[in-house]
Formats: sequence, C-alpha cells, structure tokens
Amino acid sequence: MKTAVQIARDVQNGESSAVDELNTSLAAVRARNDELHVFLYVDEEGAAAQAAKVDALVAKGENAGVLAGVPIAIKDNTCQRGIPTTCASKILEGWRPPYSATVIERLLAAGAVPVGKTNLDEFAMGSSTENSAFGPTRNPLDPSRVPGGSSGGSAAAVAADMTPISIGSDTGGSIRQPAALCGLVGVKPTYGLVSRYGLIAFASSLDQIGPFAKTVLDAATLLEVIAGHDRMDSTSLPEPSPSLVAHVNDGVAGKRVGVVRELIDGADEEVVDAVNRALDVLREAGATTVELSIPELRLGLSAYYLIAPAEASSNLARYDGVRYGLRVDAADVSAMNEATRTAGFGAEVKRRIMLGTYALSAGYYDAYYGQALKVRTQMIDAFSRAYHEVDFLVGATTPSVAFKFGEKTSNPMAMYLSDVFTIPTNLAGEAAISVPFGSGETGLPIGVQLLGPGRSEAQLFSAARVLEIADSRP
Amino acid sequence: MSSPLTRAEVAHVAKLARLSLTEDELDLFTEQLGQVLEHASDMNSLDLTNVVATAHPFGLINVVRTDEVRPSLDRDEVLAMAPETQDGRFVVPRIMGEAP
Repeated sequence: MKTAVQIARDVQNGESSAVDELNTSLAAVRARNDELHVFLYVDEEGAAAQAAKVDALVAKGENAGVLAGVPIAIKDNTCQRGIPTTCASKILEGWRPPYSATVIERLLAAGAVPVGKTNLDEFAMGSSTENSAFGPTRNPLDPSRVPGGSSGGSAAAVAADMTPISIGSDTGGSIRQPAALCGLVGVKPTYGLVSRYGLIAFASSLDQIGPFAKTVLDAATLLEVIAGHDRMDSTSLPEPSPSLVAHVNDGVAGKRVGVVRELIDGADEEVVDAVNRALDVLREAGATTVELSIPELRLGLSAYYLIAPAEASSNLARYDGVRYGLRVDAADVSAMNEATRTAGFGAEVKRRIMLGTYALSAGYYDAYYGQALKVRTQMIDAFSRAYHEVDFLVGATTPSVAFKFGEKTSNPMAMYLSDVFTIPTNLAGEAAISVPFGSGETGLPIGVQLLGPGRSEAQLFSAARVLEIADSRP
Repeated sequence: MSSPLTRAEVAHVAKLARLSLTEDELDLFTEQLGQVLEHASDMNSLDLTNVVATAHPFGLINVVRTDEVRPSLDRDEVLAMAPETQDGRFVVPRIMGEAP
C-alpha cells in the first residue's frame, strides 16, 4: 500500500489518477468490510465525483493539493453534508447533516477523497468499539481482538489498507489508544489546533480531531492540512496551521526527555520493555533522558470520568426527538423526550449521562465536579513544571496490546482503565502522539506515547520519526 | 463498603436526564456508577482547598464577530431532517396536560 504522500505525488505527476487510487481503496473496502465492520457508510458516488474533480485539475496542469487523490476515512461523528452521520447511535440513525465540518472542507480543498464514515463507540464513549449500536469493528491484525476505541473504525481502515490515512477524534485517548492497538501513528493535537466545527460534541473542553496514518510523515501532512484557525469554532487557536512536515526529520539531538513513572507503571512487561527500548533509541540519537514522577497524573482517570460525563450530559441533552434523529411518539412532549432517549441511547451513553447528571446535581457538584476541576488545574500545573525541566515526555500509550472481545464489557471501570495513560493530555489540553514501536509476544503492535506542551507537535513528530526509523530496521 | 450512591438516587438522576430504566438496569447502574464514584474518592487524598478550578484548558476569551448578514443553514434542508414539521416549524406533541 502506498502512503498518502506517495499517492498525492503520483496523482499530481500523472503516474496515477485519483480515480484509480479510489478504486484501489474501494476494492480493499469490499474485500474486508463485511468481516471487519470498519465503515458504517461508503460514499462511492461522492468519492467518485471528488476524485474526478482532482483528476480534472491535474489534467489542466493545476496543483490539485497536498492530498491530491488520497482516499481518506472519516470517523462517523464528523459531519459531512448530505452523508449519513450517526455517531454509531440509534438516536441519529438516518440523519444527514445540512453542513460539513471545517475539517471536511479543508480535506476536500486539499484534494483528499473521503471514502466513507467509520464505526466508533457510540458518541465516542468507549475504548473498543464494542459500544457501537451497529456492532463492533474487528482488529485487522487479529480479528478476534478489538481495534481499540473510540475511533476503532478509523484505525482499522488504515490498518486494513482500505485508506492510507483517516480522521479520528480524541477525548481521552480515542485516537492514540486505537493507533497503538492497530500499529499506527495517531495524534491528539493541542486543544484548539484543529477546528471542532462539525464534530458532534461529546466533552467540549476535551474533544479534539486528529489524524491516523501508517507513517509519521503522512500523519504530519494530514495534520497540517486540517489544523489552523477557524472562525466557526470559538475555541480555535488564533494562529494559522503550523509547519510540521518541515520538521519531521529534525531528530532529537540535544533534547531533554522525561521518562514518566506514572505513564509506565501498571503496563504489561512487554509494553514496559518497548518503552525502555524506545528510550535507548532516543539516547542513541542524542537525547538525554531523566526519570520523573508526576503523582498528579494518577488522579487523571478520576477527574476525567467526572468531567467528561458532566459535559456529555449537557451536550447530549439536545437529543430530544424534536429537531433531528429518532423520535418515539408519546402523549406529551416530556414523555416523548424520555421514550426517545431511552430507545435511542445505548447502555454506556446512559451510564455517562447519568454519571454526569449526578456529578452536576445540587448537593454533589462541589464534591465531584468541582473537585475534578481542581484536580485538572493541578495536572496542568504539574505538566507545566515538568516542561520546565524537559522538552517532552515519554510513556506507554496503553497498558496492554489489543484485548479480546468481551474481555472488559461487563466491567466499565476495567474498560476505563485502558485510557489511564492517555487521559492526562486531554485534561491539560496538550499534544501527544502514539507511535508503533515493536510488538508483544503475540506479535501484536505496541504503542509508545510522546507527550509535549501545547503547540509542540513539530518536536513530537521529530521524535516519533526517530522511533519510526529504528522500528523499521530489521 | 456501601455504594456511594443509592438506588433511589440513580432513579432520580435518570428522571432528570429523561431516561427510563428497568428494575434490572437500576440495579446494574447503581452498582456500576457506584464503582466509578468510589474510584473518584482518590481525589480526596489531595488538599485542594486553595486550588482554582479549571473548566477549560486555556482560559477562554469571549469571541465576538461583527454583526453582518451572512448565509446560514438552509431552512428546508434543516427541517427535512426533523421527525415532524409544519409551515416551516418543528412540531412537538402537546406540552400542557388536558384542561381540568
């Protein structure tokens, strides 16, 4: 499978065409989508029209964009005008958004070809895609295992060579965790770097759209396309898209790297070994490493599972059977709201809505939500102190390699623990990348996590590239 | 250890969130939500008395734009996705009860 950068170059040079690249992608989707359940919707018609448009530009000798003719998969919580967008929930089944997310507009302008919408845990709440109302996605590397989540479909699309790159969203690890479990590069950008306009809200102060790719260069290329200020998102950072691709090969010479105890302890031995080997590689490349402890990170999970549900309970109040999506008829409006929400939401979404409603309710607000917000402050301060000493941090992305279906579904707390290493970055609004590095006993990939302060994506890509080169050596 | 929240509280929260639960779901959710809240009690290990709360990673500044006309979503396209509409409006079931 060609990388996105290779496809764009070939299409622009006329060595290939966007239509041919699309057909290759669609053939791969047809070959395995029934087995893996990656796409909830494939937009053959729209994709063909966009591919033809790209080929027409190339034929006229014009620049068709940095992602010219590159097929891309879109997580189904991202609105694309006229294309069914479900959030893998029955409550939005059949809904076609009347507008496109800014990310979609930027992808189309860069010549990318959106192939379809990928499966996820309902409303992005989960770590395995087992919470999708339409059935789970299987891990292409071992179909008896989960691909991770919530962006499991977008990860699987790339891992199964259906598309070279895809779009996910990361609220507590929903890009980095599936990237680790599927052997991909996955980026959680700085909060506000990528516009959230058209991303269906789960937890607005934590949600961020980001890329999946097989290579660091593809991930940087895609992020550069989708990043940058957008007036349609009031939380969007004010500056234009940063220069990332230009820094991919900057290396790590002279960099100070923090090895964070709390982002490694509790991981399986094979994961710890991979992190240690990654540190050797970074040292060989000229970085110095220092052991750090950031005890505040241990409280991240607790704070997150109050803050995210609290925001979700408010964001998901809009699904009331009035303006869009499902309606279950009842005698009066209140009964209709209740019947609609009861039928439309799955168990995990209900759990989080109730948890959030409880945490925000009179008498408990200070004890739970208020306390969690203070922990969030402590976490931001703790990260900030660490970044006075070091340039970036290294840890594991996940405690283990991809797990089996059903392993964690009966115990929500066990599932939540899959995100223990990824959550702190979201709470702090900072940047992190998961990069594949080695594999475990079962041959399944392991992800190493690189974490940096806000707007540090360029240096994280440089470090990820150093690991990528070492990992590809025989 | 007793659950940090009771079955009656879960029933009340479900009502606030406009969800109806079966008896079995009430039992299950009481136990599961209790586990999460119990885990959250580790936050009490910190003295947070003088810590300022952060609701947002970067202090939000109110964003304003000039008050000028620009295109909005197409009304017909938006209404086409609603469960029920009439004369350019959303239709809902009755809000008031029967007259006494």
